[in-house]
Amino acid sequence: MKMVDIIWKGNHVFILATTVLIILLYGYGSFTFTGFFSAQVFLNLFIDNAYLIIVATGMAFVIITGGIDLSVGAFVALISMISATLLEMGFNAYLVIVLTLLIGVLFGGFQGYLISQFDLHPWIVTLAGMFLARGTSFLINTESIVITNETYSYLSSAKVPIIGGGYVSIGAIIALLLVIIAIFIAKYTKFGRNVYAVGGNVSSARLMGLPVKRTTILVYMFSGFCSALGGFVFTIYMLSGYGLHLLGMEMDAIAACVIGGILLTGGFGYLIGPMLGVLSMGVIQTIIMFQGTLSSWWTKIAVGFLLFIFIVLQRLVVINRRRKEMEFSKELNVKPETETFTRKQLDT
Amino acid sequence: MVSEYLLRSEGISKFFPGVKALSNVSFTLKQGEIHSIMGENGAGKSTLIKVFTGVHKMDEGSIFFKEEQIDLDSPQSAQNKGISAVFQEVNLCENLSVAENIFIGREPKKNGRINWKEIKKRAEQLLLTRLNIKIDVSKVLSSYSTAIQQMIAIARAVDMSSGVLILDEPTSSLDKNEVKQLFKVMKSLKEEGMGIIFVSHFLEQVYEISDRITVLRNGQYIGDYVTNQLPRKDLVSNMIGREWDENSNHKEKQFKNLKSSELLLSGTNLARKGSINPLNIEMRKGEVLGLAGLLGSGRTELAKVIFGIDKPDQGVLYLNNEKIGSLNPKSSIERGVSFCPEDRKVEGIINDLTIRENIILGLQTKKGLLKYIPMKEQERIANKYIKLLRIKTPSIEQSIDNLSGGNQQKVILARWLATNPTLLILDEPTRGIDVGSKQEIRQLIFDLAKEGITILFISAELEETVACCDRVIVLRDRQKIGELQGEDMTESKIMDMIAKGDEIDETIPS
Amino acid sequence: MKQYLLKFTRQKIFWPLTALALFLVLNLFIDPGFFEIEIKNNHLFGSLIDILNRSIPLVIISIGMTLVIAKEGIDISVGSVLAISGATAAAIMEHQNIWLALIVALIVGIVCGFWNGLLVSVFEIQPMVATLILLVVGRGIAQLITGGQILTMDNEIYSFIGTGFLFGFPFPIYIGIFVFLMMIFLKKRTAMGLFLESIGNNMTASKFAGIQPKKIILLVYTICGLCAAIAGIIVSANVSSADANNAGLWIELDAILAVVIGGTSMRGGRYFLGGTVVGALFIQTLSTTIYSIGINPQIVMVVKALVVILVCLMQSESFRRSFANMGKKKVSYT
Repeated sequence: MKMVDIIWKGNHVFILATTVLIILLYGYGSFTFTGFFSAQVFLNLFIDNAYLIIVATGMAFVIITGGIDLSVGAFVALISMISATLLEMGFNAYLVIVLTLLIGVLFGGFQGYLISQFDLHPWIVTLAGMFLARGTSFLINTESIVITNETYSYLSSAKVPIIGGGYVSIGAIIALLLVIIAIFIAKYTKFGRNVYAVGGNVSSARLMGLPVKRTTILVYMFSGFCSALGGFVFTIYMLSGYGLHLLGMEMDAIAACVIGGILLTGGFGYLIGPMLGVLSMGVIQTIIMFQGTLSSWWTKIAVGFLLFIFIVLQRLVVINRRRKEMEFSKELNVKPETETFTRKQLDT
Repeated sequence: MVSEYLLRSEGISKFFPGVKALSNVSFTLKQGEIHSIMGENGAGKSTLIKVFTGVHKMDEGSIFFKEEQIDLDSPQSAQNKGISAVFQEVNLCENLSVAENIFIGREPKKNGRINWKEIKKRAEQLLLTRLNIKIDVSKVLSSYSTAIQQMIAIARAVDMSSGVLILDEPTSSLDKNEVKQLFKVMKSLKEEGMGIIFVSHFLEQVYEISDRITVLRNGQYIGDYVTNQLPRKDLVSNMIGREWDENSNHKEKQFKNLKSSELLLSGTNLARKGSINPLNIEMRKGEVLGLAGLLGSGRTELAKVIFGIDKPDQGVLYLNNEKIGSLNPKSSIERGVSFCPEDRKVEGIINDLTIRENIILGLQTKKGLLKYIPMKEQERIANKYIKLLRIKTPSIEQSIDNLSGGNQQKVILARWLATNPTLLILDEPTRGIDVGSKQEIRQLIFDLAKEGITILFISAELEETVACCDRVIVLRDRQKIGELQGEDMTESKIMDMIAKGDEIDETIPS
Repeated sequence: MKQYLLKFTRQKIFWPLTALALFLVLNLFIDPGFFEIEIKNNHLFGSLIDILNRSIPLVIISIGMTLVIAKEGIDISVGSVLAISGATAAAIMEHQNIWLALIVALIVGIVCGFWNGLLVSVFEIQPMVATLILLVVGRGIAQLITGGQILTMDNEIYSFIGTGFLFGFPFPIYIGIFVFLMMIFLKKRTAMGLFLESIGNNMTASKFAGIQPKKIILLVYTICGLCAAIAGIIVSANVSSADANNAGLWIELDAILAVVIGGTSMRGGRYFLGGTVVGALFIQTLSTTIYSIGINPQIVMVVKALVVILVCLMQSESFRRSFANMGKKKVSYT
């Protein structure tokens, strides 16, 4: 119901565009390939991309404040490595989960602290975070570690049945829950609204007395938490820890946000967007998989093309908005000006 | 005992690197009064307001709120005390809804979540009862005009304030009716016992609404007057008239007769929405033409249009009887027009670069990317102007950041002189610099004029304008209201024009 | 006058240079033969030559990146452009003349750079976002060109570019020096350096001074693309194959790091080509050192991360201020 509400509110071009895109792509797939139009193929989109949905949702908050978090991909890999190592050492599975989430929060918070306190470029700080995360996971182990822990195996293979015969994984459930929570946070908490205010206009936010620094730190904390959660979901999906997992995934997350209508300039976007972005990328991937003869790099080209279209679309929206403002100021001035002008002419 | 003063400040000083933005300024605000702060650009109005709102931390002085000393170190602390402000540029978030902009940071909650219905209801009510505006408050702010945005900002400030309301140039984007509406609101707030600080450069508005006026000039406190005991001319003279302490001995001025001289520049119907209304301007070769008027009168705006930084919406400009097609800074420089901008820090100097590089920059753009000026030549030019303008620096390879304001100004002047201009536009060339440099720069203007360079001169100090110029165009509210030259051109006459303008043309909307 | 100039550059370049020297000396302790240079068949061999030779692609890309960063920009697509140009050269060489292959590979780089510049200057898209597109698409295009395989090249002239020797030195070094000198020429003998530093430092004032920023931005991104293409040719020539997936992977990050270490600020303004070169050499030496010490080579990443943060904190004004304040407070308390 909320979703319907959001879509209907108008000015939600991007969400609408992305939804239409998914439907079109999915329709195309269904007509072209046998077996494409099945509940399970659709649910697999969630199962296979659960971690990306989580990470992209965390990233979306950062982007809405006008920042960026490049460390997410490396951090998911690091979490997989830490989990695998700790489990190998015989730690309790639930303790490991809690511990990794905590690490995520701390790591993200530290990045946010550096960015807000010392006015460092988020690009640089999170880039360093990315190096740090990858390097640390290799320091722990350069090899891939297979997870044999019972709890993790159970979580990995658990199938949650859905009406209609399909099923989803625990990871997909977590992802959906997170998206719902994120939508709630964005809409119904002070923190969520401050995120939008900071992204809309930092100096205004400061002048309005909003806690800009705290919001920045919290946002990176949340992104760190999402990376850790995504790391957990990814770990039970792969059942292995490896430092080379998900190379370049941060770009996928950013792309998902852009396609999902999160404006990279900050201040705009709905938290349902990243999920839609991930899904549309997932559908493309599935189509290419079903097609069979097209190589996997077409995914990159297609995603890149989508990215381009959406970035240009975003740009046009911004330009359009600016033009609107100018028209407003013209409207304001036109009347008095012509009036005085004619009077002046009459005088002379 | 209830104190007479809501807000009282003593000896406030604020220093920025190289500038004393405020020095020893005092200010008082009574309960139930509207108090205007007047002054030209750089007089320190904005800085004073930013001190009161906690944006800038003052370096010296103390502030008392209801006779209790307070420490303002952030906008939050000021808001908590009940001092709220509306700034010149709308300081709201355009991406949020109207209702949210009013309530962000203090959202009403229900069951732990933001109660949007309540926010909407209260925002609607507030706008309707306080400002008599009826709009859809759930729309994003950017879908409304600047004027409405300004009103929304005022609504937020009014709702949050518990004593002191600061309005910094709130009327510059409002039309007549909106201004009336705003004044109504201000008056009713005043009745309620609120103290309002009002900053505006519209004289008539200040006279209409305020009880007292404090005048600032060059960061100094000039005086605190009861509005209806201060004649307009005195106010203008306090702001831009002769500086009281300075008894500079006037040279006997020779008025050039330039009627016969050739026309260098002529513009007809030049206009740009929001900055100047259609006007005509003519300049003869070798003339020093002044643009006089208060802040926001269109003096700087006109100069920017002539130089091509801002494109005119209509009108034509002729230079040497040649119609100018595309107007942009580079082609202007190539045509021999140079513009020494008003805001030295932002529009003039390039801090990272050395003095030499800052000086040759204009000449280099005139020559283009590939015709690089050889280092020897650069050094020669730089040294020539350092000597000519007596720029005090140990070396031409010093970073310009290390120079004092006056010397920086001279470097910018040198940049434009090096391009051999036929028309030199000087926008406030002596602002914010020490008296010695001021004298030197004025002398330079005389010398340049003698050499035959045509100069368009803008200054907030009338005395300076009168001393330097052969002819003066007086501007008010973005239009030309008169022209003076020869013996007619006196400070008093110009001030009369600026001050009386409103009385004559009461109908002209501002 | 020149003395002042020298003094100035020396100050900025001092720290990276010292760090580089320190690492070289450290290597001497690990491997006493580190500084030895042998002559075999009139070719010079040795660790130093090796480091120099291997760092050339990074040096060239970093030089291009320096210009972009000088205008408060960034180009994260250089790795992809590098892969595209290598792939293009390899694909054309399969059927065509090598010179055509080289020229087309360079043109591809120019086109990619121009595309980035267009998005940034004309469409006013944030640099990072604009170059993100090519970063994502680029690898796909490169794979499209190579057909998803690693193309091997069998051409003497081409492999000479990557592995040949001229007057005793490896050939790539000459290319690196040539690119460096060209950029020095652009900086010191045309007004580009002045204009670029102006707009990077103060865009408004530059516009008032008559500079047309769009043209400069376009030029700078194009040069950056060209540099990436040159590096792509060297990388592919070095191993006589074009790997669309892994060639130049993450080189954009190393390049940014090299630029920042070299003293050019991410906030634009003054740029230091010499510093960048030293920064790139430093990164290469760091990797080599860690390899030769024999500890886990992946620690390079951790060290890089720490170096980046440290350098940026040093450049951050608020950090220095709070650092200074800390000192002050202590004094006032005692």
